Amino acid sequence: MTDSIVRTLDSVGNASYFVVALLAVMALFAVVTQKNMIKICISIAILGSSVNLFLVLLGYRHGGEIPIYFLKGAAETMVLPTPQCLTLTAIVIALATTALMLSLIILLHKHYGTLDIDEIRRLRG
Amino acid sequence: MKPLSVIVTSICDVFAWFMIVFGVYVINNGHNTPGGGFQGGAIVATFLSFMLVAYGGKRFFAWARAGVYGFLEFVGLAAFFVFGCFGFPRSFFFNSLAIPLGGQVLSEWIPYCGTISLMNVAVGFEVVGALSLVVIEMYESIHMIDTGAGMGGERGHDRFDR
Amino acid sequence: MNLSDHLPAFLVMIPLLGAFLTPLAASFGKTVRSVFFVLFMSLILLTGISICASTFGGNILVYVMGAENFSLTLPSGMSYPVRILFEIDAAGALMILCVAIAAFAGALFSVAYMDRFSGWKRFMALYFLLSAGALGMCATGDLFNFFVFVEVSSIASFGLVAFWRDKPEAIEAGFKYMLVSQIAAMLLLIAIGTLYGKYNAVNMGALSSMMRYGTLERIVLAILISVLAFKCGAFPIHTWMPDAYAETPSGVTCLLVTVSQASFYGLIRVCFSLFPGIAGGGMVAWILIVLGCMSMFFGVLMAVVQHEIKRLMGYHSISQVGYMLLAMGVGLLALGNGEKMAEYGLTAMKGGLFHVMNYSFYKALLFLCAGALYYATGTRDLDKMGGLARNMPWTAGMFVIAASAISGLPPFNGFMSKWMIYESSFAVHPILPAVAMITSVLTLASFAKVFQAAFLGPAKADFVAVREVPAFMLAGMAVLTVMTLLLTLFPGWFTGNLFEKAAEALLNQRGYIDAVLGGM
Repeated sequence: MTDSIVRTLDSVGNASYFVVALLAVMALFAVVTQKNMIKICISIAILGSSVNLFLVLLGYRHGGEIPIYFLKGAAETMVLPTPQCLTLTAIVIALATTALMLSLIILLHKHYGTLDIDEIRRLRG
Repeated sequence: MKPLSVIVTSICDVFAWFMIVFGVYVINNGHNTPGGGFQGGAIVATFLSFMLVAYGGKRFFAWARAGVYGFLEFVGLAAFFVFGCFGFPRSFFFNSLAIPLGGQVLSEWIPYCGTISLMNVAVGFEVVGALSLVVIEMYESIHMIDTGAGMGGERGHDRFDR
Repeated sequence: MNLSDHLPAFLVMIPLLGAFLTPLAASFGKTVRSVFFVLFMSLILLTGISICASTFGGNILVYVMGAENFSLTLPSGMSYPVRILFEIDAAGALMILCVAIAAFAGALFSVAYMDRFSGWKRFMALYFLLSAGALGMCATGDLFNFFVFVEVSSIASFGLVAFWRDKPEAIEAGFKYMLVSQIAAMLLLIAIGTLYGKYNAVNMGALSSMMRYGTLERIVLAILISVLAFKCGAFPIHTWMPDAYAETPSGVTCLLVTVSQASFYGLIRVCFSLFPGIAGGGMVAWILIVLGCMSMFFGVLMAVVQHEIKRLMGYHSISQVGYMLLAMGVGLLALGNGEKMAEYGLTAMKGGLFHVMNYSFYKALLFLCAGALYYATGTRDLDKMGGLARNMPWTAGMFVIAASAISGLPPFNGFMSKWMIYESSFAVHPILPAVAMITSVLTLASFAKVFQAAFLGPAKADFVAVREVPAFMLAGMAVLTVMTLLLTLFPGWFTGNLFEKAAEALLNQRGYIDAVLGGM
């Protein structure tokens, strides 16, 4: 990693956590307000991405290199590998759920002929 | 889905095969560079999406069969399980093939990873099969809606005849 | 190789192997796939029973995936607990037993029930994955791993809720469940990530040994409690529960009930082992008590007006979860205070765990009975049924046993666990047992209505030709009936040997930590 990138990342400080929070709140807001099922699916994907970003940020260490022993070169510090493993697992799970959700939307559209979530209300009471 | 223009098909021809080679590289180097079975498998699975978009369903399914991908998925999962059992006298998933730290190292550029790289290959097979099947199933469900051909010959569950 | 050392691994390996081999087994025809399905489920049951046998003596099974030691020691001498870890104590083993028995009964039932539908291959694979997820949730000793197992079981249950995909209601229920469940899962991951960011560990034993209680921990606990209370179906976000339970094939509903119990186990594990300092004795305990009372009361109120048998039972599930939340809340209230704990706390926890086991068996049995009625008559509407006791005597008999147990009629097991909860919650405040008793009376009224509508009265012309359901379905129901009757006949033995041990294991936070960190 070049020095300029390190300096940029250090200068923003905790602002990156703010971005994560913003993304998560935006996604939650969109889930509640949007009526289109595809848009709801996109907002859940954004929520998942914000969580993944959060996990990766947790593992960042000042001036850290990639956590692979023989590729890191002469650097002294490495970023933490555990959050990266957690993120990979979370990404795989998010992919499976997004695919399943889109498939369900296709079937719902076939049955009800609409993407509006307010019109899909056969289960009541 | 109808076939797209000749420009798209030519570009897809080149890139789809490149994606397979690149994906296999990512799978095989998963133990010592960023990447691995899932990432590489996802790259390889783009081959099917490229071909499906460029040539359309009719042309594509004339020479590709969904059963192949189901078989890939099954082989990948079974192999993953078997490699997990390799570590058994110690513990499930134990990396019994790896040379322990401090053992003799032949080359400093190729670390010994034991079952990890084998598992990467197994997961790669599984992901290629599974993601391709997901795309195929989604494509077929669109097709069902287009032609109004029911739900793939399933018997009615709600209003079954007694 | 000593098989008994690897029991926790087998618990997850066997269902996963079953799921992977399903495509092979399903291609050999009906007999092979049925034998395969039941055989693997009985292997899981056997593993569950062996785990119980080795943990109820008081020891805690710790199993590390992929290594012999759970911690990674760096060249500098520092060591981190990073590996994937299974930790099963008596409370976990109790839940594993519930899940394994319900999964076995559901599999026996499904062999006949799903026979006339297509899609067997997918059904079996998803059923195996659902049991793997539920068993993993009860066995794991690691928060992130808990999230992974929650997701495995959720994804499998989305697929199973929407299994009858030519039915609009099923897809709708699946989508609804998926929507809320995914948001909950992401919030769970945020909470786990926050804990990781502060303590550099996701291992529950290591975390609870390092835990210092501050504002951040309180926020994390609030997120964890709300997410897990949602996953087990407590009052404010309960609407997914009747929808999902009603639309799932009945053999699976039986397992979904225990999956929600596994989430409940996660909730009590977080409260008792991870955050006993915040959760015990104060506001958190009262929140659980209030949540419990509200779930109990509103769940049963919504249940009495239902006309569709499986939705009605789904609303009753909400009210039953309320009893357990109430019991655990009372137990938490007494936590950290030896006098109060001896006076009413331990009784509440024993009663709560007793109720968990009772609920898993009689509720699963009720759902199987509802499935048998649906199988025989083709309708789930109570107004259209009538006089079926003549045609289906076995189903009617088992329904009576399960309905008496859930309504808390005196000789049955439901009465005993409810009595322990009344007794202990009376010591906290007299209004709590009053709410619980009103709920119990309404439950009795509701099930009396179901029994009268479905089984008694004149025979309907449509259902003259209805016969008793096939033997495999009756066998699945019989397994759960036998368990309910055993709990009824030997409550003393079960309380002394299972529930008391499990309650003590939950209270023994030091033991839970030392089992993991013993060498450090």
